[in-house]
Amino acid sequence: MDQFLRTLFDQTVNGLVIGNIYALIAVGLAIIFGVSNLINFAHGSVYMIGAYVGWLCVMRWGLPLPAAFVAVTLVCGLLGIAIERLGLRNLYSSNRIAPLLSTIGISLMLDQLTQILFSPNPQSFPNPLPGGRIPIGSGSIGSLDILIAVTGVSIAALLFLFLRYTKLGWALRATAQDRDAAQQMGVDVDAVNRTTFALASILGGIAGLLVAMYFQRVYPTMSSQAVLKGFTANLLGGLGNIPGALAGGLVLGLIESYGVALFGSTYRNLFAFIILLAVLVLRPNGLFNRQRQQPPEPLTGTFVANRKPIRIPRWLLGAGIVVAIALPLVVKDPYLLQVLTNAWLLGMVALSVTLVTGTAGQTSLGQAGFMAIGAYASALLVLRLHWPFEIALLTAAIISGILGTLLVLPAFRLRAHYVAIATIAVGEIVNQIILNWDSLTNGALGLTNIPPPTFLGIQAIFPREVYWYSLALLLIVMLIQWRLVKSSLGRVWRALRDDEVAARSFGINLNRYKILAFASSAFIAGLAGAFTAHMYTYINNETFTSSTSILAITMAILGGMGNIVGAVLGALVLTILPELFRGLVEYRYLLYGLVLVLMIRFRPQGILGTE
Amino acid sequence: MALLDIQNLSRKFDGVLAVDDVSFAVNPSEFVSVIGPNGAGKTTLFNLITGVDQPTFGTIQFENQSLVGLSPDQIAGRGIARTFQHGRAFGNLSVLDNVLVGAHTRRKASRPRNIVGELFTALLPLRAVQTEEIELRRDAEAIIAQFGERLTPRLHDPASSLSYANRRRVELARALALHPRLLLLDEPTAGMNLTETAEMLDIIRHLKEQGLTILLIEHKLSLVMQLSDRVIVMDNGQKIAEGTPETVRNDPRVIEAYLGRKQPSNSL
Repeated sequence: MDQFLRTLFDQTVNGLVIGNIYALIAVGLAIIFGVSNLINFAHGSVYMIGAYVGWLCVMRWGLPLPAAFVAVTLVCGLLGIAIERLGLRNLYSSNRIAPLLSTIGISLMLDQLTQILFSPNPQSFPNPLPGGRIPIGSGSIGSLDILIAVTGVSIAALLFLFLRYTKLGWALRATAQDRDAAQQMGVDVDAVNRTTFALASILGGIAGLLVAMYFQRVYPTMSSQAVLKGFTANLLGGLGNIPGALAGGLVLGLIESYGVALFGSTYRNLFAFIILLAVLVLRPNGLFNRQRQQPPEPLTGTFVANRKPIRIPRWLLGAGIVVAIALPLVVKDPYLLQVLTNAWLLGMVALSVTLVTGTAGQTSLGQAGFMAIGAYASALLVLRLHWPFEIALLTAAIISGILGTLLVLPAFRLRAHYVAIATIAVGEIVNQIILNWDSLTNGALGLTNIPPPTFLGIQAIFPREVYWYSLALLLIVMLIQWRLVKSSLGRVWRALRDDEVAARSFGINLNRYKILAFASSAFIAGLAGAFTAHMYTYINNETFTSSTSILAITMAILGGMGNIVGAVLGALVLTILPELFRGLVEYRYLLYGLVLVLMIRFRPQGILGTE
Repeated sequence: MALLDIQNLSRKFDGVLAVDDVSFAVNPSEFVSVIGPNGAGKTTLFNLITGVDQPTFGTIQFENQSLVGLSPDQIAGRGIARTFQHGRAFGNLSVLDNVLVGAHTRRKASRPRNIVGELFTALLPLRAVQTEEIELRRDAEAIIAQFGERLTPRLHDPASSLSYANRRRVELARALALHPRLLLLDEPTAGMNLTETAEMLDIIRHLKEQGLTILLIEHKLSLVMQLSDRVIVMDNGQKIAEGTPETVRNDPRVIEAYLGRKQPSNSL
């Protein structure tokens, strides 16, 4: 009993400490959402950079802790201003999904830069505070716990006073209510945005510093889940609601802490993502709002510019295909063939995104989840049940189509960029399930010795055999997708992409056609994932991550949303480009992030135009 | 027997009755207009009939079957088509594709009940599907041709590239492609100039002469008076008058709703 109470007390303290950190992230996201109605996915990178700045000050330069706080405030504040100015200022009037993707691009670049500067490895950051824990009842509290709690509470109070009693705070609240009206009344909206991003980023950076001290280390990938956690906390309290974000952070921290105590630490992230999906679907206005109402949303959720696509003449397309098929007869370099094989497989994933996002208008940032389902299904069918590869591949793609659709199904009532966020959660949930379902997936150890692809009993082992195999699959997928998009089904998809209300009024059952779109997309992504698994012969829960999903949508945007040839072209360009510059391969995500940000800003219709 | 029969229909938003106990019927081949000042509840009425919104109270019967609780796509399947007040053509779809989407409920071969079957009919070169597509296309082009030279030369242009009036025409063409048994028009001439309004009037009159049942919301009273068999006047969510254009025109309650009450000169 005593043991139980002590654990309960410790987990509560732990949950409140982590909750305070989530709350700091959530409050930052909330003020940005409140003022500019967008979800800043670069916030996690700011948080990570805050941690690194603190680490630099304390560990490298031996400065005292208060100096580290000042440095974090300065650096992260400036970083926030830069993000707003370079990545978002010109996108406020475009569709909400554009700034969302732009912040994802910025985040990719910041993460990769940090890796280049400080290496991808974790750096140790021992707690600089005086040690010793204060015993309370049967448990104890450390000085860092107190610092984190005090920082959380005092920042919340300062923010409240700032918004309530300063002129800039007034302007900020006015802009949050009605941007245009505020501007007409002489509010400098640009200054308000700058202040908002600076403030939010300072909060994010301080959260990063605190969490680094708490876990005693800093590492570049700590950014990846911070945004989703902060967003979940924010959503729990009602998007854009500052006291709600604080409460949501604490609730999330406690749930995670108790959950970890009950089920084990590998479940930590699963709770957050399931809560995210559940709240998004069941109570999109947050736990504390009584009315069940959709959050404010634009009409279309995708990224289609009104420009005519560039028509590729058939002979050119045919010639391209012939060259691609004949290439291995001329080129013997196995490395180049492997690079191109990757391009074909990623081309399939880009096709799957361009179908669901470009044609049907449902932005998906969770394609890697579908790939993982396909990969595991095929690998397990061959390893455990000894099915022939061809049948396992096809079955895996079908399983991915069905399971993927079922996972996204709850999000169908959402629109616009909320669909995108739900799909991110779905992708993460798939990875968390793979990590935790040991008996089936072998957990973090992954599946090894997956047999290579075979065709009619012949193994494809040499690079050129794998090359041809993947190219054949890509061409088949292109043909299937071309048939689908040109059919009346494709027309219905484009109609629901343009205007769901009008589409419904003409007899189009939205759920039915969203199911068809996601199922086709998950089938194609699953097919690519399955082939990849057999090509690598090894997969684990980190083979298909959210960066793959982001890469796929970047390829689709680069080629032109909904454009079939464009998706493959985008995949080809983004796979080959890093290879052309020596040393860039390792840091290719820097390039991907840059391409994403630049395309959205300067050529949203992509290279070949949207269809 | 009435085609559309509405009884005691009400819709409450946060305590405000946007539609308040409205009853009326529309007979086959009849042309009925709903007029009233802004905020009278006309568009809410349309949204209730088309399933975009659900009534708080009351019944809506179409061909003797209730529409209450059905979704917009199911109601479209019953044969009711509509246009929207602010124009909702599919911007990135060509004129022809817009109209073909309107024919969605008429598809049989390319729209099997089985959801997996629908995927395969899209993929495979099936004769029945191709014939259906050709027929629907021919029909769509005939509907577009009713608008004279306004739309035909722009058949393959995206709707977003059209003028405002042309987008409204596309919307009407799309609604006609459903082959509706009841057509709901929500201010089809809003924002149009005199020539364009006259053209639209001709087209609507032509539809009326063909025997199509039409329920129209309109602010331009001259249009309403020329076309309507019967006029329903709404104010503050309530039906305040109903009758032929002549009787309604002279109804003091209607004049009051539009022009306001005459102030007694000796008040105060």
